[in-house]
Amino acid sequence: MTATTQILRDYLERLESELPFGKKEKREILLEAEDHLIEDAQRDEASGMDASEAERRATRRFGEPQALARRFAEERAPAIELRGVTKRFLTPAGTAYTALRDLDLSVHVGEFCAVVGPTGCGKSTTLALISGLEPPSEGEVLLDGEPVTGVSRAVGYVFQVDAVFPWKNVLDNVATGPRLRGVDRAQANRLAQDWIGRVGLTGFERYYPHQLSGGMRKRAALAQTLINEPRILLMDEPFSALDVQTRTLMENELLQLWSATKSSVVFVTHDLEEAIALADRVVVITAGPGTVKGTYRVDLPRPRNVSEIRFHPEFALIYQEIWNDLRDEVLVSYERSKRIVS
Amino acid sequence: MLVNGLRVGVAVLVLGLWELGTSQGEAGLIDPFFYGRPSGIASQLWTWIQNGTAQGPLWLQVATTLEEAALGFLIGVGLGIVFGAALGRIRLLADVFAPYIKALNAMPRVVLGSIFIITIGYGIWSKVALAVVLVFFVVFFNAFQGVREVDRVLLNNARILGASERQLTTHVIFPSALSWILASLHTSFGFALVGAVVGEYLGAIHGIGIVIATAQSTFNPNGVFAAMLILALVAVTAEFAMTWLENRLIKWRPNSFTDIQHI
Ligand SMILES: Nc1ncnc2c1ncn2[C@@H]1O[C@H](COP(=O)(O)OP(=O)(O)O)[C@@H](O)[C@H]1O
Ligand SMILES: [Mg+2]
Repeated sequence: MTATTQILRDYLERLESELPFGKKEKREILLEAEDHLIEDAQRDEASGMDASEAERRATRRFGEPQALARRFAEERAPAIELRGVTKRFLTPAGTAYTALRDLDLSVHVGEFCAVVGPTGCGKSTTLALISGLEPPSEGEVLLDGEPVTGVSRAVGYVFQVDAVFPWKNVLDNVATGPRLRGVDRAQANRLAQDWIGRVGLTGFERYYPHQLSGGMRKRAALAQTLINEPRILLMDEPFSALDVQTRTLMENELLQLWSATKSSVVFVTHDLEEAIALADRVVVITAGPGTVKGTYRVDLPRPRNVSEIRFHPEFALIYQEIWNDLRDEVLVSYERSKRIVS
Repeated sequence: MLVNGLRVGVAVLVLGLWELGTSQGEAGLIDPFFYGRPSGIASQLWTWIQNGTAQGPLWLQVATTLEEAALGFLIGVGLGIVFGAALGRIRLLADVFAPYIKALNAMPRVVLGSIFIITIGYGIWSKVALAVVLVFFVVFFNAFQGVREVDRVLLNNARILGASERQLTTHVIFPSALSWILASLHTSFGFALVGAVVGEYLGAIHGIGIVIATAQSTFNPNGVFAAMLILALVAVTAEFAMTWLENRLIKWRPNSFTDIQHI
């Protein structure tokens, strides 16, 4: 087993790049996988097979790295878990309003989960609970198996409305996270400069938010969030205010940035097409009080191009299936809003 | 260009009519004995500049009023920001002090001038005290409001990005409240001037207020107008300084006229 270990090493490298975990967990998994593969290959070698052929067969039997990574992630504790969560708000009239009722949701490590549902069903509330900004009225919220007690450093959150600081220019806005977390100014600015480049805002470092277009502000918000390298990324209808072209562009950029980090994502949207194009799984929430109506696996190939994946034969099937569920909820929500108006 | 020309035109017209109306003396349209006349005001100013006022050289009167106003302004702004921010941030303090502050604010505070003169004396500090009181409430309410009105989403964003409670104050609450506070500074300097002049008017050794009081008691309307002119000059200069400061401090704010650089 000397020259041929290259095959095994290549395989493990591919597996490593697909695994969404932290360094320690990755090493554990890789060591275990290596042991298993070597053992398997040695058995074939012992029966007289060529060494490199034996290794190739062992890796084939072990599986495609991408699929394996997903299986590992599904076996471990979910990155995000909501158990029987209910959230009530006190209305101005003094009564309790139930925004979420008995909601269960779990997101695997490295999974891109889209949440869809009619307006006012509690999507933003769900994100607020996961982020630790709001406590649940009942039930539990867990991150990596630990109960959430406050805002976690592992969380990044792109808000539904503009949340970049209007008194900071783009560079200072993007550098805010590292600065708040104690990185010195020079280092923070270097990092920020790098992220500004990645979201395509180079040249606009000294601009203030009011001098940017809506799309550019969203890019800045994205860089501001991603610079902290969150393991858990929450996004609340981040692109809904953008024009279609900018939106498709940014969806593709998001997928690229995400695939490099393998963070666990909860992406809220009211656009089913966007949800399917981006996500590994789509969760439909009922009209308020929100609870999970159904969850659907999206097994479209990755890497994806958002503008092309819509023409994948499977896309229409998935869309049809989810829309059947979603339509009822949208109708309920629409009927209600009509009643309020009339 | 057109605007500036028209502006000068308006001034010339008003002053011209005023001068003309008073040119017939007592029998004319406007009685110069009560309303003064532009040429009289000019010569009064000239006399003051050359020979000084009854209270001494003119510059000393202006400097005294300015000193009182400036001190009152600085102290009032400082106290206003500190108390406004503290009450805005700490709910309990706001609940405890709210009725007192409302009561104090409802009172016509100029009457305090008399008390200050009795307790502090005829020197500048009684005027400073009155200016402080007037400035304080304006800044206080703006600072309070500014701290209270901070966008919750911005606070949440800062929390997510890693801000501690103290960092929230420096990174979000203070910059956000700053535009409110700065907006109040415009009016505040005006109030500081009012405080200083009214205080002097009630009793002082030097200052524009006492110059006005003297002119009034000798039935000299030209003197009153001349002193007002000086006050207006001081106020306008202060206004320019404040605008400059504001533009320096909050250059991030969209400004409908100056922001867009037309090419
Ligand atoms: N802080 C709050 N106080 C009272 N009601 C709230 C609050 N936040 C949200 N709600 C209510 O909860 C419901 C769900 O809101 P939200 O999560 O923002 O919906 P979505 O994001 O799905 O449109 C809405 O009816 C909204 O009015
Ligand atoms: Mg929402």
